[in-house]
Amino acid sequence: MTVLEAFKSMDYGLAPESDAEALAWIAGRNAKFGHFINGEFTEPRKLFQTCNPATAKVLAQVSAGAKKDVDAAVEAANAAQPSWEAMGGSARSRYLYALARLVQKNSRLLSVLETLDNGKSIRETRDIDIPLVARHFYYHAGWARLLKSEFPGYEAAGVAGQIIPWNFPLLMLAWKVAPALAAGNTVVLKPAEYTPLTSLCFAEICQQAGLPKGVVNIVTGAGDTGALVAGHKKIDKVAFTGSSTVGRIIRQQTAGKGKKLTLELGGKSPFIVFEDADIDGAVEGLVDAIWFNQGQVCCAGSRLLMQESIAEQMLQKIKVRMDKLRVGNPMDKSIDMGAIVDPVQKQRIAELVDVGVKEGAEIYQCAASLPTDGCYYPPTLLSSVEPAMRVAQEEIFGPVLVAMTFRTPAEAVELANNTRYGLAASVWTENINLSLDIAPQVKAGIVWINSTNLFDAAAGFGGYRESGYGREGGREGMFEYLKPSFLKTLTAAKPSKTSAFTKVSAPNSVDRTRKLYVGGKQARPDGGYDRAVLDPSGKTVGQVGEGNRKDIRNAVEAASNAKSWATTTGHARAQILYYIAENLSARASEFAATLKSMTGDSHTKEVDTSIDRLFCYGAWADKFDGAVHQVPIRGVALAMNEPIGVIGIACPNEAPLLSFISLVAPAIALGNRVVALPSQDHPLAATDFYQVLETSDLPGGVLNIVTGDQDLLTKTLSEHAGVDALWHFGSANSAEAVELASIINLKQTWVAGGKARNWFDEAQSEGREFLRHASQVKNIWVPYGE
Amino acid sequence: MSIGITNINEVPNELAPRNNGMPLDIEFIRNLRVNRSAVERRCVTHGGRRTVKKTHQAAWLLKSISCIDLTTLSGDDTAARVRRLCAKARQPISSDMVDRLGVKSLNLQTGAVCVFHEMVETAVLALKDTGIPVAAVSTGFPAGLTPHRLKVMEIEDSVAAGAEEIDIVISRRHVLSADWGALYKEMQDFRKACGDAHVKAILATGELGTLSNVARASWVCMMAGADFIKTSTGKESVNATLPVTLVMLRAIRDYYDQTGIKIGYKPAGGISKAKDSVAYLSLVKEELGNSWLCPDLFRFGASSLLGDIERQLEHHLTGSYSSGNRHALA
Repeated sequence: MTVLEAFKSMDYGLAPESDAEALAWIAGRNAKFGHFINGEFTEPRKLFQTCNPATAKVLAQVSAGAKKDVDAAVEAANAAQPSWEAMGGSARSRYLYALARLVQKNSRLLSVLETLDNGKSIRETRDIDIPLVARHFYYHAGWARLLKSEFPGYEAAGVAGQIIPWNFPLLMLAWKVAPALAAGNTVVLKPAEYTPLTSLCFAEICQQAGLPKGVVNIVTGAGDTGALVAGHKKIDKVAFTGSSTVGRIIRQQTAGKGKKLTLELGGKSPFIVFEDADIDGAVEGLVDAIWFNQGQVCCAGSRLLMQESIAEQMLQKIKVRMDKLRVGNPMDKSIDMGAIVDPVQKQRIAELVDVGVKEGAEIYQCAASLPTDGCYYPPTLLSSVEPAMRVAQEEIFGPVLVAMTFRTPAEAVELANNTRYGLAASVWTENINLSLDIAPQVKAGIVWINSTNLFDAAAGFGGYRESGYGREGGREGMFEYLKPSFLKTLTAAKPSKTSAFTKVSAPNSVDRTRKLYVGGKQARPDGGYDRAVLDPSGKTVGQVGEGNRKDIRNAVEAASNAKSWATTTGHARAQILYYIAENLSARASEFAATLKSMTGDSHTKEVDTSIDRLFCYGAWADKFDGAVHQVPIRGVALAMNEPIGVIGIACPNEAPLLSFISLVAPAIALGNRVVALPSQDHPLAATDFYQVLETSDLPGGVLNIVTGDQDLLTKTLSEHAGVDALWHFGSANSAEAVELASIINLKQTWVAGGKARNWFDEAQSEGREFLRHASQVKNIWVPYGE
Repeated sequence: MSIGITNINEVPNELAPRNNGMPLDIEFIRNLRVNRSAVERRCVTHGGRRTVKKTHQAAWLLKSISCIDLTTLSGDDTAARVRRLCAKARQPISSDMVDRLGVKSLNLQTGAVCVFHEMVETAVLALKDTGIPVAAVSTGFPAGLTPHRLKVMEIEDSVAAGAEEIDIVISRRHVLSADWGALYKEMQDFRKACGDAHVKAILATGELGTLSNVARASWVCMMAGADFIKTSTGKESVNATLPVTLVMLRAIRDYYDQTGIKIGYKPAGGISKAKDSVAYLSLVKEELGNSWLCPDLFRFGASSLLGDIERQLEHHLTGSYSSGNRHALA
């Protein structure tokens, strides 16, 4: 083409980034890679191919990790962990700093390698992925240095097994490896089979940084290799990012094994545009929301919700904008969208779009021509979509936007939350009242006001609901790789004595059968049976209702209905907790006597401590503040601690009143509603509490108490999709069942695994650890500037 | 006000009708909203989304030259100084480079020469038979605080002296006090005084406070009949920027969608690097389309930009970095 022709056409022409260095790097390793175990690469074996999706050409062959590879990696990580942790945060921070610097030094190689392996544009790898990788290592180098002073009483979780997806290969590695190493863990990482190359390049960077052998181990392979990592006996912590389907499998696989688990799963994130928004800004936001990384983003703004009054205008503007998108060779510097990672994914996108069209959606695809070879799918808009359609509910994981309308802010929230997922949301309006009203109402771990897909190491990332649990980034993310140091000192709780209910004999005084406590009222058990409560000698000291499935159903319903508790002010919640303490104090001797009747010991101290603990959470109710994260924008990221919702709590036998209070009080202090299953052996402490509650202004439904066979009731509670979290401090054999059943709605679980805490020791039984479990962090990004 | 978007037709610009404006819609003006952070994000990432290299880069730089309003607006301007500028406008790059680039047929010259009223006659004479229009800054440039009556007379005098384009400055106080009716009336008067001369409305965006005000002022001026909207006088402390450009381009696009009339755009002040000019061109291409990439609808108000472009073009031809003294002074 001549200058004259170019002048007439005013086209962009080609501006390809060179792939020479990256291809030379691959060739320099004979295009064959082994695993990275104990600081060294293994001999390549059981090879499979990794391709460039933009050209379908094979880039390299990598090894499929088998059991012995995973064993060797886990072994190396276990061997390296104690000294890695023992060297201290200060020394570790220097290694993390070195990794950050080396990522920066190698940033162009890593960018090009990532684009070759994944198909995403060089613009994104160069301007977004790799700079964020370096940022995560820098940021966590800082946490390593501050670990001792900022996380007292905590130690490393141990060896982390990390399984990452193909959509942001090196970035997901950084999100997982950086906090793990900072906290003193060692890792075994399994990159996605489509995109292993940058992980392997990172392995070399670890060598260059002089990282001690075995601290980072990388085993390549497909899902079966990942399963070997997640299921390995000597892995203490599993972190997974990927599909909700695989997330569920991993939850099942790790159930009852005492492993810490974080899941960062799918999404169908709403992108809400109100009529007073900057429409052009919002349209451009969509480009970053759904046509970023070919839409292969877990937090992609894939569901456009527009206020009816602007819908027509906005759709037109979106179409005009779509026609300007350039799709093609991701190595070209003037490309908006590159290739889909694999033909399998492209096929799935096409099938879902077909379903949408058959169900009545109108389709618009961008006018840009696609390259004929390679794996490409055009930017696509499906409008006239209804919530009942599959494309409105299912994650498409491609460049496909579905558009719907709403009439009022309330309807916008309703539609936004009409999904199993809860990862992210964008809210567009020029009205600060509206934006800050909507943000807390949307069930999502991240909310972007007038922006989208902003990421930073300082702000936690992670979802609500079936988008998973745990956070990556921020202070909140560090806790995912730490555990309280006292945990290792705990001993096994004594198993419960009572198992089945006993038919009760005639009372020897005026009958006093405790009912269940549901919705603020004492309710007869649905089954119409009672169970005897025995003293240590086996003598009946009282009776409690034998709750069943339906009682659990009713209790959860009552808890769900008590929604307004979540928005009751901390000040009001504090007063109610103090009032409960006051009323308990008035009846202290009565409670001490009840406890004595059940356990035979003197319990004045337990009642006193229980009162004190209620005071503790009365104190906390208006003080568990969030944070304002320092993110690199003109604006703020507000980390708000929000209640989780409905929490099921199975209480232990030890200190039956105190443990019950210690678990229930933090949950309700932060605005959760609770269905509590009191101590299996000594439930009278909780049932006598009904009368305290009734005189203490606690709104009905906030705390519900169901007595009976705890293991049985726990199972129903664990399987209930309306329960958002389950805390299990009951019998050891129920812990696994709880974690298994949690996959129904991917509820968060906190299980003691049959270990007994000392409920009189404040370090073990009150404070921030409990409050963190009772809350989830929502990060609200608010850019500002007029 | 509803905005019905039509496909951007590629009607030849010379056949396109001139903007006759429309009634002022104050409600519409008040409701215009621009989110600064969103605008800035688009602008920051734009440079990473689009780039031109090699042959295309040379072509785009020639396009930039063809869109320059080669400008001198100094208190010490003299007739000789203006004649030198006009010579450069006629022959912006050396004939040797024209030959080597193979673009003789383009008859490359700048979009216009832009001067104060007193220099109009000199410039008109110096540009005789070239087809290069003379643009006069007017209406009490740069502050725009002379009496309205005199502003109108100033325009009439410049037009009588042969200026084909008049760059007026708006009264910023009308924007800052949200007196949209006054701004509309002022612009209408200026447009009327221009007669057949094309009128560019300088918004002085650096003095309007917010991007929303930039959008509002853009719309009021277009509604009152401006042919071009222009960012700055070059004398404000902040002149042309990409965020301001994006806001003005979007206003132009919406105006076109609604009326079918294409308004021109002129960023001015602070654009002195070849690379910057390419970023402006590509933003115009993205937001408005190729039909705006011509001197009829796009101009750079610049004095030193040409020199940098000349050096870049020589680098394109020789592969060696150039220096200023190898190119004729403007």
